[in-house]
Amino acid sequence: MTTLQAVFDKARAEDRAALVGYLPAGFPTKDGAVKAATAMVEAGCDVIEIGLPYSDPLMDGPTIQDAVHRSLENGTRIADVLRTVEGVAKSGAATLVMTYWNPIDRYGAERFARDLASAGGVGTITPDLTPEESGPWLDASRESGLGTVFLVAPSSPDERIARVAACCTGFVYAASLMGVTGARESVSSAAEGLVKKTRAHTSLPVCVGLGVGNGAQAAEVASYADGVIVGSAFIRRLLDAPDETSGLAAVRELGEELARGVRR
Amino acid sequence: MTSTDETIITPADLAGGGVGGDDPDVRGKFGIFGGRYVPEALIPALDEVAAEYEKAKTDLDFVREFDHLLRTYAGRPTTLTEVPRFAEHAGGARILLKREDLTHTGAHKINNVLGQALLTRRLGKRRVIAETGAGQHGVATATAAALMGLECVIYMGAVDCERQALNVARMKLLGATVVPVTNGSQTLKDAINEAFRDWVTNVEHTHYLFGTVAGPHPFPEIVRDFARIIGVEARRQVRELIGRLPDAVCAAVGGGSNAIGLFHAFIPDEGVRLYGYEAGGRGAETGEHALTLTQGSVGVLHGARTYVLQDDEGQTIESHSISAGLDYPGVGPEHAWLKDSGRATYEGVTDEEAMEAFALLARTEGIIPAIESSHALAGALRLGRELGPDAVILVNLSGRGDKDMGTAMKYFNL
Repeated sequence: MTTLQAVFDKARAEDRAALVGYLPAGFPTKDGAVKAATAMVEAGCDVIEIGLPYSDPLMDGPTIQDAVHRSLENGTRIADVLRTVEGVAKSGAATLVMTYWNPIDRYGAERFARDLASAGGVGTITPDLTPEESGPWLDASRESGLGTVFLVAPSSPDERIARVAACCTGFVYAASLMGVTGARESVSSAAEGLVKKTRAHTSLPVCVGLGVGNGAQAAEVASYADGVIVGSAFIRRLLDAPDETSGLAAVRELGEELARGVRR
Repeated sequence: MTSTDETIITPADLAGGGVGGDDPDVRGKFGIFGGRYVPEALIPALDEVAAEYEKAKTDLDFVREFDHLLRTYAGRPTTLTEVPRFAEHAGGARILLKREDLTHTGAHKINNVLGQALLTRRLGKRRVIAETGAGQHGVATATAAALMGLECVIYMGAVDCERQALNVARMKLLGATVVPVTNGSQTLKDAINEAFRDWVTNVEHTHYLFGTVAGPHPFPEIVRDFARIIGVEARRQVRELIGRLPDAVCAAVGGGSNAIGLFHAFIPDEGVRLYGYEAGGRGAETGEHALTLTQGSVGVLHGARTYVLQDDEGQTIESHSISAGLDYPGVGPEHAWLKDSGRATYEGVTDEEAMEAFALLARTEGIIPAIESSHALAGALRLGRELGPDAVILVNLSGRGDKDMGTAMKYFNL
C-alpha cells in the first residue's frame, strides 16, 4: 500500500507536483472503473480518488452528475466501491474515497473506516463534512489509520482555513474556485492565493482541484501547489468515447498529458 | 378587527422571545438534528446570513418594515374561519381554519419571502435564487423580488413545471427566470441541489432565499421565525373567539414551514396537541409516498441532519405525492426534534384522503384549498372523530387551490 506521505515525498524529491485523478466507482461499469483508474495510474497519477456515488451530489457539475447517475443505474453499492478501491490500490497508487457524508453516516462511521482500510484505502475526502460535524469521522479514521482530507475554498477566511487544516491529515484540498466540479477554460486566479493562505496554517501538502482539465493548466497549478487534482476531464473522455477500448486510450492519453504538465 | 396601522408583529414575535419553543444551539442543532453539512465554500455565506439575521431581528426598523409589508402588502392579519358544515364530517368537533390562503400570492410562503427579501437588501445582495416544488415559494419569491427590484432565478423540477404550469407562467410574468431541473427525480429535491450549485458559484452577490424550514443552519430558524406570525395571530384569534386555546392544531408537512409557522407559538401550551400530516401518496405499503417522519430514518440531506427517505446505504429514495409542495424526501430538523421529543405527532394522509377533503371543503364551505393544505384538512377530519364533539381543532389552511385545478380536473373528471 502506497501512503500519501510516500507520494508527496517522492514528488518533492522529483521536484514536481503530485497528480491526483478522480473517478466514481461503477463508472463506466463496475469493472470499467478499475480498468480506467489503473490506466490513470499507469499514465502517471500518483493518487486516485474513487468517488462513492450519491443520489444528491450538490457540489458536482453536470459531468460528474452524469457519471454518478450512470454508476447508480449500474447498481453500484458500497461493497462495489470497496472492491474498486482494492483493485486500484493494487496498481500502486495511494487510493482514497471521495464521498458525501450521508452514505458513511448510514453505513456506520467505524464500520466504513475499518472496511476501507481493509480494502487498502488510505483515507477519504469528505466535501460536505464541516469541522463542526467531523468528530465521529476523525475518531473512526484515526482508529483505522486513515487519512482525512477536507476542503478549503476561496471564500474561506483565515480562521476557517486554520480550523479545516487542523482536521486534515495527508493533504489539504484547495477548491480553486467558487463553484461546482467541472473543467473550465482557465484555472481560477483565486487558487494561487488560497494555496498561499493555506500554507500559513499547515505544513501539510496543499492540492488544488476544480476546473483543471489539461496539461497546461496542470503545469500552471503545479508551479504553486503540491498536487493537481483532475476529475471531470477524465470522465469527459470516457463519456465521449464510442467504446471501452477507445475510452481507456483517451484516459491514458489525458493522464500522460497531465503527468507531463506536473513535471514542467 | 385590526386596523392597517396597528402593529401586528413585534421583535418578540419574530424571535420567539421566550414565547415559542427552543432556538437551535450555536451549531444550529435542535437536539441531534440540524447543523451544517455543506461545502466549506458556503460556510462564510451561512455565517453572514446568520449574523445579519441576529442583528435584524432585534432591530426595530427592520421589524417595523417587515410588519408594514405584512399588513399593507401580504394582507395580514389573515382571518380565522369556522367551518361548521365541513366539521359535520368530523364527528361534531369544531374546526377553525387559519386562512393563509387569503394572503397575497395565495399561500403562507409570502411571510418568509418578504422577511428574507428584506434581509437580502440588508446583506447588500442584488440577486435571489430559490427552489420551488408546487411553485408557491417560487411565485412568492418572484413577487418579493419584483417588489424590491432584485434579480430572481427560480429552480423547479421539470416534473413540477408540468404539474404547476400556471405557476411557471406567473413567475415569468413577475420577471423571474424559471430554470426547469431535468436531473434526478426532477422534483423539489433536485431543484434544491441545483439551487445550491448556483449559490456556491454566485454567492458573492446572491442570496439563496430558502423556502422551507430545512437546509443548513440558519435557514430552519430564519424561515420559522418569518412564518411564526401564523401561529402568533391564530393563538390570539382562537382565544378571542372561544375564550380558550384549541385542543389541537393541524398542519400539512412537506419541508415543514407552514406547520412550524403554526406550531411554534403553541409549543409552550402543553394542553394543545400538535399534529403534522405528511403526504401518504398511494399508501405507506406501496413505497410511493413522502412519509419522511413516519417511515424515514435519520440521515443527512440538503445540509442538515434530519429524517430522510433513504435506502440502507444512504441513497435518497424518491418521494411521491399528488401535491408537489409535499413531494420531498426530507423534512425540517425542528420537526424531527418535535417528533423525537414527543411534543408533536406526525401521521400520513394519502392522496385519496387529501383529495376527498379538498372536494369536501369546496362543497360544504365554498373554499377551494391547496392540495397540500387538504392533507391537514383530512387529518383534522380523522382527529375530530377521535377527539369527539367538544374538541376544537385549528387547521392551517396554508394555501388556496387555484394552482391545483389542473390536477383536480384530471382527478375528478371535471
